[in-house]
Amino acid sequence: MTQIELRGVQKYFGAVQVIKDLNLKIDDNEFIVLLGQSGCGKTTTLRAIAGLETIDGGDILIDGKPVQHLKAADRDIAMVFQSFSLYPHMSVYENIAFPLRATRKSKAEIDQEVRSVAKTLQISDLLAKKPSALSGGDMQRVAIGRALVRRPKAMLMDEPIGALDAKLREEMRAEIKRLHIKQGSTTIYVTHDQIEAMSLADRIVIMHEGVLQQVGSPDEVYSRPANLFVAQFVGSPVMNVADAAVAEKASSASVTVGGAATGFEFPGALLSKLNGHASDKLALGIRPEGVIVRREAADGFLPVEAQIVEPLGSFDIVDLKVGSQMLRARTKSGFISGPGVKVFARIDPAQTHFFDKASGKSLGVRL
Amino acid sequence: MAAVTTSTERSLNKLAIVGVLIITMIFLAPIYWIASTAFKPRNLATTIPPTVVFQPEISPFVKLFTKRSQLRTAPTPEQYAAAPWWERLVFDGGEKVVRSGRGEVQWSGYPSRFMNSLIVAITSTVLAVGMGTFTAYGFSRFKVKGEQDLLFFILSTRMLPPVVVAIPMFLMYRVVGLNDTHWGLIILYTAFNLSFSVWLMKGFMDEIPKEYEEAALVDGYTRMEAFFKIVLPEAATGIAATAVFCFITAWNEYAFALIMTNRRAQTAPPFIPSQVGSGLPDWTVIAAGTFLFLLPVAIFTFLLRNHLLRGMSFGAIRK
Repeated sequence: MTQIELRGVQKYFGAVQVIKDLNLKIDDNEFIVLLGQSGCGKTTTLRAIAGLETIDGGDILIDGKPVQHLKAADRDIAMVFQSFSLYPHMSVYENIAFPLRATRKSKAEIDQEVRSVAKTLQISDLLAKKPSALSGGDMQRVAIGRALVRRPKAMLMDEPIGALDAKLREEMRAEIKRLHIKQGSTTIYVTHDQIEAMSLADRIVIMHEGVLQQVGSPDEVYSRPANLFVAQFVGSPVMNVADAAVAEKASSASVTVGGAATGFEFPGALLSKLNGHASDKLALGIRPEGVIVRREAADGFLPVEAQIVEPLGSFDIVDLKVGSQMLRARTKSGFISGPGVKVFARIDPAQTHFFDKASGKSLGVRL
Repeated sequence: MAAVTTSTERSLNKLAIVGVLIITMIFLAPIYWIASTAFKPRNLATTIPPTVVFQPEISPFVKLFTKRSQLRTAPTPEQYAAAPWWERLVFDGGEKVVRSGRGEVQWSGYPSRFMNSLIVAITSTVLAVGMGTFTAYGFSRFKVKGEQDLLFFILSTRMLPPVVVAIPMFLMYRVVGLNDTHWGLIILYTAFNLSFSVWLMKGFMDEIPKEYEEAALVDGYTRMEAFFKIVLPEAATGIAATAVFCFITAWNEYAFALIMTNRRAQTAPPFIPSQVGSGLPDWTVIAAGTFLFLLPVAIFTFLLRNHLLRGMSFGAIRK
């Protein structure tokens, strides 16, 4: 049972505030991913939990006890670094045994635990090697082994697979997930890669400039982003965001994007849900899969012109010009033969998000 | 690409090898001269042109380690026959070995000077490298107020020739009673080498990723334990390189040893040339003393050669 709680955590580097009033509760066995761009404070948060950075305000609680004044060694937390940080002068065996040697365990116990962890991670045949003789993936496994061997209260991982190549990264991602399911320890994982975050996390914590933006399951942050930053940070290709003007039209609503001559048709309920929010302060967000494209004209579809077609194998991303605005749509591969083709598009109201342009906050409109 | 070498490249390579050989010979010539003179008969030591081919003998070394005086009368055949082989070598040179009243052979000053050199050089090297390593670690890992100024201040101790302060140092040492003591020289040499050691070790420490210690800290070790278990082994190359340079400086130091010591704590460098003055200069003995004096540095450097080569190129390549 390990719960970690951050209460009003503040951290400054000189005059720069890198963590601004961070509140977060992490449950036992939960896999939490801190997601954000570099410099957003996610790694600093992780290091503060580990005890490698001091904090300037607030509390860090592990199982209800404040630990911000404890040394890293006394927090019983393990960490995997991006650089793996395997001790170069020690063999793999010694690397994994190192955390146990800090405890008062007997040689036989240590040996047994090192071998058991090595077996779990399938690195038993590497125990005699030096880290310099290992591949990136094996170094990673050893680093995880060193973290696991002590059965710590929590595992912290700082971009643990960021240094690997793409194929290996995918393999290791699955391996980390499998391991977490098997071992089930509270894990905090830092990454800037939203795909990694989506695939691993029970809950994703998105940070930007030291401020927590949203906490939620991968599905929540993807389909109900709290603000424009989250909307554009999560998901690939990136969500389309456009200035939108909403007008009443008969019993429905018309949403004009990029000053186009005609607007997209939306259910009339939109107007009441926007609750009089000034039309000129609205930003519309739609993911490429929410832009529906047809070759023939149909009711509610506006004529648009394809500008760029990016074939991505399983699907294409097409840039469509709507008024002065570019909307990216996701189509079947080869659906649009090339730039300049005239097609018809509409926006799926159910997948549309509305944001306040000034604050960036989602208006929570669901249609 | 490497497979194709043109004939001009090949001849250039040969030329380079010849050049390297010539330069090596120029650098090795004085060492050869000292080594060969150390084994020459006395009458061949100062011939012009120098004698290259000769029957080597070890009488210079016997003379180096013994106290001798001029023979007034030649030894009787019985005396000569009763003498051990090495004493005969001294008789052959027209001298005799000084013995105490009880007949014990009197040692020359050389062995004790050599020991002094070892004591002073080793102790000051250990101190300078040890303190330098800790200081460098502090500067490298912690936010030190005025770090740049402090580092510059440390470096500034090397900005004038040490001999400049010889007279004030001599007077101060006389007041505190450090003249002609081992600790006097050890403190001096440690002080000379410390700035060098701090700067060199800081370079090495900066190259050791701090994640290693952070991993150890998270793994349940204190910073001190992390320093000894992780940082020191990683810094071994740097420590070896720094130690060699500090040892060479302390071992070879002449001016302060000459001024600050005269008997008890005198090191070999001021002692060896002082032998020129006693009686007729015996260059073979001086060469023998110098030859032996060269050995510790040569051995020390040889033992650490792998570290040294790595130390020289350390930090040049980003991994």
